[in-house]
Amino acid sequence: MTSAMTVNTQSAPVGRLVLIAAGAAALLLSLWITGGEPGAYNRQPIWLVLIPLMLLGGWFAMEQLTALGDRLESKAAVRAVNLAVPTLFAVLLLVLWQLICTGFAVPSVLLPAPGTIGITFFSELETLAKDFAQTWLKAVLAGWLIGCGSGFVVALLIDRSPFLQKGLMPIGNIMSSIPIVGIAPIMVMWFGFDWQSKAAVVVIMTFFPMLVNTLAGLHASDNLHLNLLHTYAGNRRQTLWYVQLPAALPFIFNALKINSTLALIGAIVAEFFGTPIVGMGFRISTEVGRMNMDMVWATILVAALAGSISYGLLALLERKLTFWHPSTRAAG
Amino acid sequence: MFKSFHKSQAAALTLMVLALLLLWYAGALWLNSDQLINGYERRNIDWNFSQLVADAYSMKRPMLPTPDQIGAELYKSIFDTAVDSKRSLVYHSAITLSSTLLGFLMGGLLGIVLAIGIVHNRTLERSLMPWVITSQTIPILAIAPMIIVVLGALNFTGLVPKAIISMYLSFFPVTIGMVKGLRAPDKLHMELLATYSAKPGEFFWKLRWPTALPYLFASLKIAIAASLVGAIVAELPTGAQGGLGARLLSGSYYGQTVQIWAALVVAAVLGAVLVALVGMMERKINRRMGIAA
Repeated sequence: MTSAMTVNTQSAPVGRLVLIAAGAAALLLSLWITGGEPGAYNRQPIWLVLIPLMLLGGWFAMEQLTALGDRLESKAAVRAVNLAVPTLFAVLLLVLWQLICTGFAVPSVLLPAPGTIGITFFSELETLAKDFAQTWLKAVLAGWLIGCGSGFVVALLIDRSPFLQKGLMPIGNIMSSIPIVGIAPIMVMWFGFDWQSKAAVVVIMTFFPMLVNTLAGLHASDNLHLNLLHTYAGNRRQTLWYVQLPAALPFIFNALKINSTLALIGAIVAEFFGTPIVGMGFRISTEVGRMNMDMVWATILVAALAGSISYGLLALLERKLTFWHPSTRAAG
Repeated sequence: MFKSFHKSQAAALTLMVLALLLLWYAGALWLNSDQLINGYERRNIDWNFSQLVADAYSMKRPMLPTPDQIGAELYKSIFDTAVDSKRSLVYHSAITLSSTLLGFLMGGLLGIVLAIGIVHNRTLERSLMPWVITSQTIPILAIAPMIIVVLGALNFTGLVPKAIISMYLSFFPVTIGMVKGLRAPDKLHMELLATYSAKPGEFFWKLRWPTALPYLFASLKIAIAASLVGAIVAELPTGAQGGLGARLLSGSYYGQTVQIWAALVVAAVLGAVLVALVGMMERKINRRMGIAA
């Protein structure tokens, strides 16, 4: 961070830079003050003045970085700046959270400090890994694969039948506006407490977005391209493979990404309705009952990481597969 | 030509619904019969197929209730029960609906405010936009029970905690849609306003906002559906306090499958109606904006 700021010195006004430096100093000083016994702000409220200074400095730092990003030529540098600004923002938020929790001695039942959550995360890694394996590796992955796969196959099957489409599309659209997750108690009743029932909820939740998106994608191919294939005497399979599927890829990836979040939600919520004594949803509901909030937050951290990483991987795969698409090319 | 298309659409839909109903009855027979046959054999009762069918469609706690059982339960709990009774689905729907709407309102406002900030300030865009997107990859519904419990510990119960969850789910589509919408104005129009030396406020109210309205409504349709899901899931941990989610949970505790299905049907209808209402407003606005529906 500091090296990026020094690059910036030539053009940035000195006053701003002083403020940024003051903000960084205020941040470190505040952390040091609250680092001791909790409740430092209750005893000496005067130190609260450092917080606005810290935020102001942070804001100016982000502003300078943004301006820098707009000026830079090299792609790698722009990407680094694009990463640095939101990271700085998140760091500021986390520090603010930490300061408020320790400075005012907020009881950890209400809101544990990020530091405490981090410590719990690493010390309870084994339990968290078991929960993750139960919920994500079994229920979410299986359900997501089956749901997306069957949605895709059904879309391919009814793509050529306008009659089936007219019957199924309104149902698919209505399904998108109703809370399917409510089906969870029924699935738990049908498939038992273990991960199969969670996977079933995930299958139902992910099926319709995939179906609707794939169908829309299969219809999104350019008429010119279809006609070209026709003049080449391309058969149905070739048309599908060379024209329709590539054009449908952005739609399909859209559904895959939406579904990756939906799947995690479905599995966790389904665990509220009954589960063996392992799993992320189980962990959240029992630890909430025991008022053990840092463990709940650590589980949420796992869920957040799993959700963001799977979303990120899918987005990466999409860029690799749809490099030709205007939306990917515009993003650079 | 239009009429024949319309006809075939209706025909296709009817056929599909009929097929689904048929499947449903077959499935109910299949799922319920295991339990029944076990019961017959335990009590050494001779049974034949027609008796099995009759019993399968009239069980008290079936694995899968038939549509007519659900319909009867719906009628009973909507029309035959006093509206303020805890057994009335109208009562539970009203609770869910109020937190849905409050959350939707707060989420919509937050989404619009964020979008305005993001469009007008590049630093905000750079720092906030990635987190707006990341926020949706976090399964926030999973922490719904925690938010409820924590806010409950602060003596903060009732509508607002549930509405906060709905808000979190519904602000995202609005922000994304509005950022797109507020950037949608034609460059020519922007330059025209600049030649009129319009003030920033005029740029906003006379050009950006009207251009963004169709985008807003498209996002609001997604947001209100998400808001309903949020409200229902938020009601799960509050247990007996009421709402469709509480109804689902108590049904699942006591094995009252018909009750679960009735609550599900009401939730589905509620979702479809809410989306349709926003869609109606959208069409009205679009017509005023000169966009053919």
